Amino acid sequence: MNLLMEISNGELAITATLTGITLVFAALLIARLISPKSYSVKKSEPYECGIPTRGESMIQFKAGYYIFAILFLIFDVETVFLYPWAVVTRGLGVQGLLCIAIFMFILILGLAYAWRKGALQWK
Amino acid sequence: MFDFSIVTNWVNDLLMGFLPSWAAVLVECVIIGVCVLLAYTVLALFYILYERKLCAWFQCRLGPMRVGPWGLLQVFADMFKILIKELISLKGTDRFLFKLAPYIIITSSVVMLACLPWGNGLQIIDYNIGIFFILAVSSVGVLGILLAGWASNNKYTLIGAMRSGAQMISYEISLGLALISIVVFAGTMNITDLVAEQQSAWFLFRGHIPAIIAFLIYIVAATAETNRGPFDLPEAEHELVAGYHTEYSGIHFGFFYLAEYLNLFIVSGIASLMFLGGWMPFHVPGWDGFNEIMNYIPGPVWFLAKAFFISFVIIWFKWTFPRVRIDQMLAFEWKYLMPLSLLNLVLMAVCVALGWHF
Repeated sequence: MNLLMEISNGELAITATLTGITLVFAALLIARLISPKSYSVKKSEPYECGIPTRGESMIQFKAGYYIFAILFLIFDVETVFLYPWAVVTRGLGVQGLLCIAIFMFILILGLAYAWRKGALQWK
Repeated sequence: MFDFSIVTNWVNDLLMGFLPSWAAVLVECVIIGVCVLLAYTVLALFYILYERKLCAWFQCRLGPMRVGPWGLLQVFADMFKILIKELISLKGTDRFLFKLAPYIIITSSVVMLACLPWGNGLQIIDYNIGIFFILAVSSVGVLGILLAGWASNNKYTLIGAMRSGAQMISYEISLGLALISIVVFAGTMNITDLVAEQQSAWFLFRGHIPAIIAFLIYIVAATAETNRGPFDLPEAEHELVAGYHTEYSGIHFGFFYLAEYLNLFIVSGIASLMFLGGWMPFHVPGWDGFNEIMNYIPGPVWFLAKAFFISFVIIWFKWTFPRVRIDQMLAFEWKYLMPLSLLNLVLMAVCVALGWHF
């Protein structure tokens, strides 16, 4: 049960979202009204090392993390699958436990394979 | 236990009395919005002072002392100062995404704050999949950080955002698995029901070994999830200037600051609700007099005290441990924390299926 019977959870979530937007908008408005404004070419440059920046910054970037991102996808979807199971574990007993054990075994096998292949190694 | 819904129902009846029902709902929504906003700002102000004072005490300093008694008014001075700073417009930024990022980050933390129940009947959003909803909203916050880093047109912010993305998505798995083990134990995802289950004893004590391991995993993952402590790689100032918010100035930077502190409160709040019994008082079986005295302390005080205690531990981490390297951090999650949390989940499931719990 939420705060009031008359208001649905969806309406409350929308209220909270609008509250967040209002907070940012109002604070920005106040800041724009009372903060000073000035412009200079030097000030508008990216803050890097003091010397002029070289080339674009919105580039393709070799992240050592992309394999982690792919693995994340698998394990996050796994987490989503586990939630419905988690709610009913008590009722399922040993049989449900065995079924989910097979599911998790396959996943752990996948992690072990990725580990063995060196996907978790920093390159 | 005092039921807060008496108050809300009274307000509702009062408004329904002289307004048409749609107008009453609208007014109630506005009241709720104002309350959330107030809670958000007050908590953020409190946390800024809390962190500064604790950091000072850990380093044998006094912390802010000049403005007001014990520096209590320092945060207001800081807030005013950050409002009157110039919002610098930069060359080459993606203007739309640059301005969108603070909205996403702040909004996701406001929605998460609205999901936390503070007391009996004192919750705003209460889905039956409550804890899942919170995790879903928390992953939207990552988008804001990635956008902020990408749109700034600066190499440091780009690297900071990439690191932040990798870190937050990695530790989200351990966080989720630690929370699932509690869901397995309680058999519900509704946060109010989860807390109500802890009437007799907190989950940390009822679920014995797997619950304690889950709690420890949760605290470590939450520290990483909020980009704090030894895991503050995305804003490591020795290598990345200030990470993903380098190019933000004035109140724009303030939003990131605000969201960081609120996220600290939110992860502590979730720990308090899921493991330490939320608004339920501390009871020792057999000590009836002691339990009666504990019952007199109101629920919100219990909830906030537990949340502030967890935050204290997380801040303690930050000022105790040196910052780890990025590869160490990812290896720690994928090679130790995640297999451990998977095993812990299996252990918890076995305990529940065989009835080895209190």
